[in-house]
Amino acid sequence: MSIVRERVSTGPAVTPTRDRPWKLRYLLWTVGGAVAVVALTYALPPFRTYQLATIGAYLCVTAGLTVLTGLNGQLSLGHGALMATGAYTVALLQDKLAGRGQWTLLVSVLAAVALATVAGAVVGLAAARLRGPYLAGLTLAVAVVVPAITSTFDTTFNSDQGLSVVLDPPPGTIPVERWQAWLCWTGALLTMLTLAVLVRGRFGREMRAVRDDETAARLAGVGVARTQVLTFVVSAACAGLGGALVAVLAQSVSPGAFPLTLSLFLVMAIVIGGLGSLAGAFWGAVLLVALPALAHTVTEGIDAQRLEGNLPLALFGVTLVVVMLAAPGGIASLNPLRRISLHPLTRIRRKA
Amino acid sequence: MDRFVFLTFDGLGRGAVYAAFALALVLIWRATRIVNFAQGAMAVATAYAGYSVSSATGSYWLGFVVAIAAGLLLGAVTERLVMRFVDHSSPLNGVVVALGLVLVIQGVLGMIYGNEYRPAGAPFSRDAFEVGGVALLSRFDLFVFAAVATVVVLLALLFTRTAIGLRMRASAFAPDVSRLLGVNVGGMLTLGWALAAAVGSLAGMLVLPTELGLHPNAMDIVFVSSFTAAVVGGLDSAVGSVVGGLIVGLLLSYVSGYLGATVAPIAVLVLLVVVLLGRPGGLFSRSAARAV
Repeated sequence: MSIVRERVSTGPAVTPTRDRPWKLRYLLWTVGGAVAVVALTYALPPFRTYQLATIGAYLCVTAGLTVLTGLNGQLSLGHGALMATGAYTVALLQDKLAGRGQWTLLVSVLAAVALATVAGAVVGLAAARLRGPYLAGLTLAVAVVVPAITSTFDTTFNSDQGLSVVLDPPPGTIPVERWQAWLCWTGALLTMLTLAVLVRGRFGREMRAVRDDETAARLAGVGVARTQVLTFVVSAACAGLGGALVAVLAQSVSPGAFPLTLSLFLVMAIVIGGLGSLAGAFWGAVLLVALPALAHTVTEGIDAQRLEGNLPLALFGVTLVVVMLAAPGGIASLNPLRRISLHPLTRIRRKA
Repeated sequence: MDRFVFLTFDGLGRGAVYAAFALALVLIWRATRIVNFAQGAMAVATAYAGYSVSSATGSYWLGFVVAIAAGLLLGAVTERLVMRFVDHSSPLNGVVVALGLVLVIQGVLGMIYGNEYRPAGAPFSRDAFEVGGVALLSRFDLFVFAAVATVVVLLALLFTRTAIGLRMRASAFAPDVSRLLGVNVGGMLTLGWALAAAVGSLAGMLVLPTELGLHPNAMDIVFVSSFTAAVVGGLDSAVGSVVGGLIVGLLLSYVSGYLGATVAPIAVLVLLVVVLLGRPGGLFSRSAARAV
C-alpha cells in the first residue's frame, strides 16, 4: 500500500515538495488568520463579532472531530459530552479563581483541556477496540449521560440549572464581544496550526493508514490501537478547549447546552463541511453558527415559534442525508470541495 | 425484601419493552448490517401519529393500531427512499444517514407538535396489584408482557414456519444466491424494515406512558438502553436481545430503586462499556464467531 503525501491545510493548492517550508506556510496562514480576525472584530457590529467568536469556539471542536472521523475513521457521537467536560471545568475553576486577573482564565482553560484529555483517553481506550456501530453506540451513551451526571452530583454541578461562569472584565476598554472573539480565535488558530502540523507529519500518515486498511497498516508497522487512542485523545483535547470557550462565551454552563443534538450537529457539520480536510472543519463551524441564524431570520417575519430551532434541525438532517447518499465512495472521500478539484494531490491519491 | 420483589417485577416490565425495541434493532442488523440509530425517533413519530388519532377520535385502541400501521409504513418508506441508497463500503455511512434521519424527524415533530411534553395515554391502570401487602404488577405491566410475548412468538413463527420468513432469512444471509433462486431480496429488505419499525412503534407505545411522555427526544435514552440490550445479546441473536432487554430492565430498576433514578443512565453506560470490552460479541456469542 502506497502512502501518498496528502495536503491537509486551509491554503490554496500548491504542489508540495519535500523541501518546501510547509511549516512556515502554516505559520503564515495562522498569522494571516489572526490579522483577519482582529480586523473583523473592529469592522463588525457587536452581535456579528459574537457570532465570529462562536465560530472560533466551534472550530476547535469540528477540527478535532474532523481529524478523528475524517482522517482516522472513528465516529464519535460523544463530543458534546467532552465539550461539557471542558465547560464545567472552566465554570468550577473560575468560581474559585476569578477576580485575580486575566491569567486565571488561561489556567482554567488549560485545566479544561487537560481534563477533557483524560476523559478522552478513557473513552478512547475503549473506542480503540470497537468498530462502526459499536463505537457509535458507546459514544452515544456517553453523550446522553451528561444530564445524569450533573443531577447525580448536583452539589457540584447544580443539576439542570447549571453553573454560571465568573469572568473578569476585559482589560482596558475593549468591548466584551471583541475580547471574546480574540480569546476564541486564539484557541481556534492554535488548534488548527497544531492539527495541521500533526496531520501533515508521520502521525497523520499513520492515522490515514489505519483508516484505509487496518491490516495493511499493522503489517507496515503502525500501532493501530495506539494511533486510534492517540487520535481520540487529541480530538478530545480539542473538544475540551471548544467547550471551555463556549462556556466563556455563554458565561454559564448547563446540561441543556450540551444535548445529544449538539453531538449530532457536530457530526453533521463536519460531514457537510467536508471530511478529510481541516478546511471542511472551518466550513462546518461556519454552518453551525450560520444555519440557525439563517433559520431565525426566515422565521422572524412569521409568527411560528415552533419553527424556531426545529427548522434548522430538519434542514441539517435533510442536508446530511442528501450529502451522504449523493456522495458514494465512503465517508472518507466525502468532500464536496474535493469534487471541484481544489486539491490536486487528493485527486492523485484517489486514482492511486 | 418487599422492595426487592417489587423492583424485580418493575424491572421485568421495563425490560420487556427494551427487549422488543432491541429485537427491532436486531431484525435490521441481521438483514442489512445497519444499526438503525433512527429507531427511537421513528418510534416517537409513530407514537405522535397514534396520539393524534386517539385525541381526535377518543379511542386509545384506534390510535394504537394507527401507530403500529404508521410504523410499518415509515419503516418501508425509510428503506425504499433512504437506506437502500446508502453506500456500504464504510459501516459509518449507515450510522450517519440514520443520524440525519433523527434530526429530520425530531425537527419535523417539533414543528408540528411543539417541543413541550405531552401526556401519553395508557389503556390500563398503572396502579400495581398487591399480593400480601407487596406491590407487584399493574394491569398495564401485564398488557406490556402480553404484547411483547405476542410479538416475539409471532416473529418466531414468521421466521421459522412460513415461506416469507424463509425468504427473509435467505436474503439476509446470502443475498446474491437468494436473488439467483428467484427471491425478491429488495422486497424482503423493505418488509424487514417495515416489521422492525412496527415492533419499534409498539415498544414506543408501551414505554411512553410509563415515565416519559411524548416529546421529540423522548426515546433518546430508551434507544441507548435498548442498544445496550441488543449489544448484551450480541446484536445477532433474537433470543439474546430479549434476554439482554430483561437484564437491562432489571439493572435499571435496581439502580433507580436503590441509588436514585438519575444514576440509571450512568449504569447503562457502565454496563455497555463492560460488555463491549469483555465480550464484544455479546454474552450469547458462540465461540465460533464470524471471521471478519
